[in-house]
Amino acid sequence: MVDDDPALAEMLGIVLRSEGFLPSFVADGERAIGAFRDARPDIVLLDLMLPGMSGIDVCRAIRAESGIPIVMLTAKSDTVDVVLGLESGADDYVVKPFKPKELVARMRARLRRGEDVTPEMLTIGPTGNQISIDVPAHTVSRDGEEVKLTPLEFDLLVALARKPRQVFTREVLLEQVWGYRHAADTRLVNVHVQRLRAKIEPDPERPEIILTVRGVGYKAGTG
Amino acid sequence: MARVSALTGLRYRVWLRTVARLLRRTATVQRLLAVSAPVRRAWRRSLQLRMVTITLVASTLLVGAFGVVVASEITKGLVGDTVSKTHEKLVTGQETVVSPQLKGITDRNDQSGLSYTVGQVLNQLAGNTAQGLDVIVAIKPAGPDLQFKAQSVPERPLDRLIKPDLESKIAESKVAHEFVTANLGDGPRPYLVYGTPVPEPVGTFALYYVVPLDSEADAADLVRNTVIATGAALVLLLALLTALITRMVVRPVRSAARTAQRFSLGFFDQRMEVRGEDDLAMLAASFNQMAENLQGQIARLEEMSRLQRRFTSDVSHELRTPLTTVRMAADLIYSARDEFEPAVARSAELFQAELDRFEALLTDLLEISRFDAGFAVLDAEPTDLVPLVERVAERLHSVSGAVGVPLRLELPDSPVIAEVDPRRVERILRNLMGNAVEHGEGHEAVVRLAISDTAVAVTVRDHGVGLAPGEEKLVFNRFWRADPSRTRLTGGTGLGLSISLEDARLHGGWLEAWGEPGRGAQFRLTLPVRAGDRLTHSPLSLVPADAAPGTALLSHVSSRDGAGHDA
Repeated sequence: MVDDDPALAEMLGIVLRSEGFLPSFVADGERAIGAFRDARPDIVLLDLMLPGMSGIDVCRAIRAESGIPIVMLTAKSDTVDVVLGLESGADDYVVKPFKPKELVARMRARLRRGEDVTPEMLTIGPTGNQISIDVPAHTVSRDGEEVKLTPLEFDLLVALARKPRQVFTREVLLEQVWGYRHAADTRLVNVHVQRLRAKIEPDPERPEIILTVRGVGYKAGTG
Repeated sequence: MARVSALTGLRYRVWLRTVARLLRRTATVQRLLAVSAPVRRAWRRSLQLRMVTITLVASTLLVGAFGVVVASEITKGLVGDTVSKTHEKLVTGQETVVSPQLKGITDRNDQSGLSYTVGQVLNQLAGNTAQGLDVIVAIKPAGPDLQFKAQSVPERPLDRLIKPDLESKIAESKVAHEFVTANLGDGPRPYLVYGTPVPEPVGTFALYYVVPLDSEADAADLVRNTVIATGAALVLLLALLTALITRMVVRPVRSAARTAQRFSLGFFDQRMEVRGEDDLAMLAASFNQMAENLQGQIARLEEMSRLQRRFTSDVSHELRTPLTTVRMAADLIYSARDEFEPAVARSAELFQAELDRFEALLTDLLEISRFDAGFAVLDAEPTDLVPLVERVAERLHSVSGAVGVPLRLELPDSPVIAEVDPRRVERILRNLMGNAVEHGEGHEAVVRLAISDTAVAVTVRDHGVGLAPGEEKLVFNRFWRADPSRTRLTGGTGLGLSISLEDARLHGGWLEAWGEPGRGAQFRLTLPVRAGDRLTHSPLSLVPADAAPGTALLSHVSSRDGAGHDA
């Protein structure tokens, strides 16, 4: 948990402990990376406005070495701030002031993983440009080469790949991938689809694997 | 009387205008106008062209008039000299040769004698006066008394040189002269013909001196040509000078116009070149001064706006962080309220509920201050509005059930896709539909959605207490409440419709209200299908079909520039 406000950190500690989490705290950005390496957490809560290193930079630094879930805490809900945070690698965000239950639900959604262990191999994309997904192994490969995805990106890709040809609205994706019961911010989907495209599409400007359906949502491209 | 004349004047003007219009319609005039259009445009647009043309015309007239005067004066001088010299010769010839010799004639009927004497006289005269000059002397009878053949030395066809009007003057005993252009076999040449009567006892003779004016004519031609050449050169020089001078003035003015244009396009570092210390340099210097001041002012305003935004953003952050802590503490206390004494437990409930209100108010205030700071950005993407409306209705389901105001949706079967900011549109709809439920008074509220080629519209109709006349504008005011004593269900902040109006404006859309006391109210949101387009109409009517048209048709108009449109 990276936040510079001691009262908030303490209060959050009380709430998280009561929910069964074991939080550790860092108050500034520069020490955040070291603390991250020492503590090896399962999830990172990150305030965007930090003394020293900004939350965005911390987010990038963590993302550079790990696909661990990152949830941003932000006091700004402006598109620029939110999109910047998401693009730097955060999986989800909550806007202050948030309800503790909402934060916990969001964290649990990010941590809920590896439930389905049925061996499943999925293939999407047009012929000659296919992506194969090994669901239990959590690996994605293109032309036999592994593509590194964060767990969230992986979940997003699997959700789309399981039902090729079906168009997913952003709201449905928010529910399936992020675990939002009520539709929330569709910018989450847009930014993550872009990030995913940047990793798996040969030409992200002209996507062939994850297609946009204007005014509706996204679908997986097939041969 | 004055009225009558004014009326006549008016009629006259109308008539003139009609004639002018008819004239303009005729094909020839049309063609002429079309052909001259580029010229007229150039005339209107170029100061330089106008100045040069005016100088050209004015100096041509002036130099022309001057030239005519000078040439005619010089010619007059030249010819006048010849005339007086010829006169002298004429008089001398008459006195010394002609009169003494002709006195000797006594018989007017002796034709041959007369001719002989006249021939003698002429020869003598020619001998005396010619002196290398090409002078013709001639004697004719001047009156019916004498009958003899007119003679001249050298011999020339006299009828071509001596005109009847001159002859008649001499017959009246006058000395007279005339300028004649005659062709004596060597092309037309100018001559001075000077005549005098020579009265003798036998009758009156007419003596003529004919002097060719070739040299004078040549001199006059030379003078005229010189004047024309000089004049033309002068006119051209003047035009050139004007062009140069105008250019000197126009160039800085044009450059000033160009600079001002670029400045107004946002290139605030544009400056003019200052050269010298004259008026034009002063223009450039003043322009630059103005630009400097404007740039400073703009920079100051931008800085202020930036500070304002920064402040809003900082306040937002600074307030939200402690509020989050308070929020969590309140939640914790609230969830443990069963273990408290009744008074403390109730306090925990109130604390929790009011914290919700406080939070909503803070969010709305920050939102509106973001609009005020011009910080709000439209994040438009193609969005299907049908599920959006359905989603908002679904979320209001519990409230609408609790107050007994069912929400009926009349939505098209096909998707309604428009380039809008879904978060903002959802916020507007949540507001409008929430209000309809809150003020529905147990009657159903209806939401309609429609699309045309260029616009989408959503109307939200309730059958509650309605709006009093004038209130359809007031509802959009900040913190305005229809009836302060009325109980609030959804605990609105009083900023909802103000924010909705700003959201609609940000889309270039309209948000309007209609209402009548006792007949409910209807709100209409109209947004362009393509972001940035201008709205011209709404696919849905603001006044609901079940309300009698014309009874209360008042609307609040909201658009980016505040222009009016059909209600």
